[in-house]
Amino acid sequence: MDFNRNYFEIFGLPVDYAVAEELLADRFLELQKQVHPDRFAAGTDQEKRLAMQWATLVNTANETLRAPLPRAIYMLELRGVALKHNPALPPSFLMDQIDLREQLEEIEEDEGDLEELDSFRKKMLLAINVVQAKFKEALDEDIDKAERLVYELQFLSKLMVSASRLEEKLLDY
Amino acid sequence: MALLQITEPGQAVDPHQRKRAAGLDLGTTNSLIASVREGVAETLPDEQGRHMLPSVVRYASGGIIVGDEALTEAVNDSMNTIVSVKRLMGRGIEDLATLGDQLPYRFSASEGGMPRIETISGSVTPVEVSAEILRTLVDRASATLDGDLDGVVITVPAYFDDAQRQATKDAAQLAGVNVLRLLNEPTAAAIAYGLDSGSEGVIAIYDLGGGTFDISLLRLRKGVFEVLATGGDSALGGDDFDRAIAGWIVEQSGYAKPLATEQLRGLLMASRAIKESLTDNAKVDIDFDRDGVQFKGALDRATFDELVAPLVDASIKACRRAVRDAGVELGDIHNVVLVGGSTRVPQVIDQVANYFGKTPLNNMDPDKVVAVGAAVQANILVGNKPDDEMLLLDVLPLSLGLETVGGLAEKVISRNTAIPTERAQEFTTYKDGQAAMLIHVLQGERELVADCRSLARFELTGIPPMVAGAAKIEVMFNVDADGLLSVSARETSTGTQASVEVKPSYGLTDEEITSMLQASFEHATEDANQRSLMEARVESGRVIEALGNALAEDGAALLMESDIQALQQAIEKLGSLSEGEDHLAISEGTELLGRASEEFASLRMDAAVRKALAGRNIEEVDKEI
Repeated sequence: MDFNRNYFEIFGLPVDYAVAEELLADRFLELQKQVHPDRFAAGTDQEKRLAMQWATLVNTANETLRAPLPRAIYMLELRGVALKHNPALPPSFLMDQIDLREQLEEIEEDEGDLEELDSFRKKMLLAINVVQAKFKEALDEDIDKAERLVYELQFLSKLMVSASRLEEKLLDY
Repeated sequence: MALLQITEPGQAVDPHQRKRAAGLDLGTTNSLIASVREGVAETLPDEQGRHMLPSVVRYASGGIIVGDEALTEAVNDSMNTIVSVKRLMGRGIEDLATLGDQLPYRFSASEGGMPRIETISGSVTPVEVSAEILRTLVDRASATLDGDLDGVVITVPAYFDDAQRQATKDAAQLAGVNVLRLLNEPTAAAIAYGLDSGSEGVIAIYDLGGGTFDISLLRLRKGVFEVLATGGDSALGGDDFDRAIAGWIVEQSGYAKPLATEQLRGLLMASRAIKESLTDNAKVDIDFDRDGVQFKGALDRATFDELVAPLVDASIKACRRAVRDAGVELGDIHNVVLVGGSTRVPQVIDQVANYFGKTPLNNMDPDKVVAVGAAVQANILVGNKPDDEMLLLDVLPLSLGLETVGGLAEKVISRNTAIPTERAQEFTTYKDGQAAMLIHVLQGERELVADCRSLARFELTGIPPMVAGAAKIEVMFNVDADGLLSVSARETSTGTQASVEVKPSYGLTDEEITSMLQASFEHATEDANQRSLMEARVESGRVIEALGNALAEDGAALLMESDIQALQQAIEKLGSLSEGEDHLAISEGTELLGRASEEFASLRMDAAVRKALAGRNIEEVDKEI
């Protein structure tokens, strides 16, 4: 058994940042149906252990490929690029980020205007889509640029998480 | 002439080959056992026709009493009669104060910080108390099904953390049952309703039991139940409704002194009867006069609804949260299932219907539905329905993390991640020459260590001398399909395998379980050796059968003739070994056969993976995109 196959190969998908989400979801379920430990509840210990390893791998692979950010990080990893902990980023990008943070704080201070928050999130989603498109392009042409774009994606994703937290707070979840 | 037999495809297993399997609902207030018999899953009654076993264990001078007979003594002998032990499972002695109960027991701490309850016949842990309940039910099933059980599925609240799950599994081990799987209660309910064969879509399971509330959102797709999100409150249940009524009675009566334990118990029992009566009646007359508390009057439905409104609201709030976590819209949810005795309360049904915008399913007995679902799943897992395609994919109910500098919790695996799963996190040393590192494993969503549940602390020793920050310590979290965690750590930069010792914070160590098992043998008439022999034979029989089936299915396709023969010979050898009396030799033989079949197991798994992706290649996939 080869646990070193890349995550795309596990699902029989082409190594491409643009993943067919429906197909990935289908393949994920088909695979789990075959390898999940429950299928081997009455099996030998060896089968149980293998099933556990496979099911874990399939879960990890699915989580990595399903969401844009981990998928992007994984694409870099396949090309031998590991992310840095404190990357140098262009000052203009960082200024933009500070701006966006402030916008979010203002929404919170304004007793939480939900409409404003909604348009903020839409803006973020748009920005994420733009960075993703750029990333896909840069991946084969300019790996350094692709790496930088992942850092941008990380920042934007964190902002989205903060926006969701704020929404939860405002809606009293 | 024999009548024509009609069997479903998956049930065509020869009757004498059918395995005995059961589903166990180990509840806070009541416990049940169910089994699939002649294609029908049903709860099994005791000799007197009672299905529900009160989860009450009394330690009397004459022996241990479980169930109704123990319950009747709960008021008179409260110190030695353990009720609602589920609330204590996996809890530390310092957690007891936060449980919000006035627990009448005398507690002492065991070495691992697990509470021990002092009774007339010595001190017992919650795990041992639960094992008594399990044993009673398993004995009932063995008697009904005419033989020992091959395996059981035990249900747990979806919200149970690692320590609580581990404690449940420990109890099963003590009771000597083979656990096929810990199953989340809401998932069991969905199975019981047969929703696995229904239309695809999202299902919400609202489970309000005696002591816990769970909300789960499941998605059914291609015969796979995926748990999308779980939420709830492990300290919210029908008992709180009783307390609300009891509080109201005390208020009405004008009784001002603090209540003694016995007073409270009597009051709670009366309150419970009032609550149950209010399900079918708009108003209940009360004439309470006991232990100095006096009240004559009536409680109507409207007042009751008001009393419990904050509790029901809290549950609806948890529903909103779970719907959000699952990333679905209310409109996507096409079935809502009610589970747990407390969902008989009309106000609960109304509020749930109101929030989800559809009439919830409640035509099955809400007390039995979990056990029935567990029985269905046990029947599949034990191998009685080899063609059944149903599969459950579970998620981690609460985030797992580690303590970092400043008393902060860092998440390693976040909640609602599909399990089984593993994740590695890297840490480094902060002092020159640091030889050891304390690793503190946590579970929970909060940022501060103090607000999370402490699962285990262990020390990683033998880190080679290096400057601060040079060591790379990889901490690996593994979560199995039952949601149980194991943690290991090693230093990676030098390749040095450092030693690791995991001490469960509130669990039992393997040694403790072994010694408890031994102690229970001393009481039992059964000889420990005899039991070991029996267990070894059961295990060897299981492996022989599993391997035999696997060979019949895939042997010819995957192995060379000589390999098949070698394995068959090994099987025969173990078979004859099992006829002997040496349990150590049998266990060893089983282990050897397992290892001999490792390559075959691996080939089968690869074939299964190929089958899942059968007929597909990358070009084809390209076209679909």
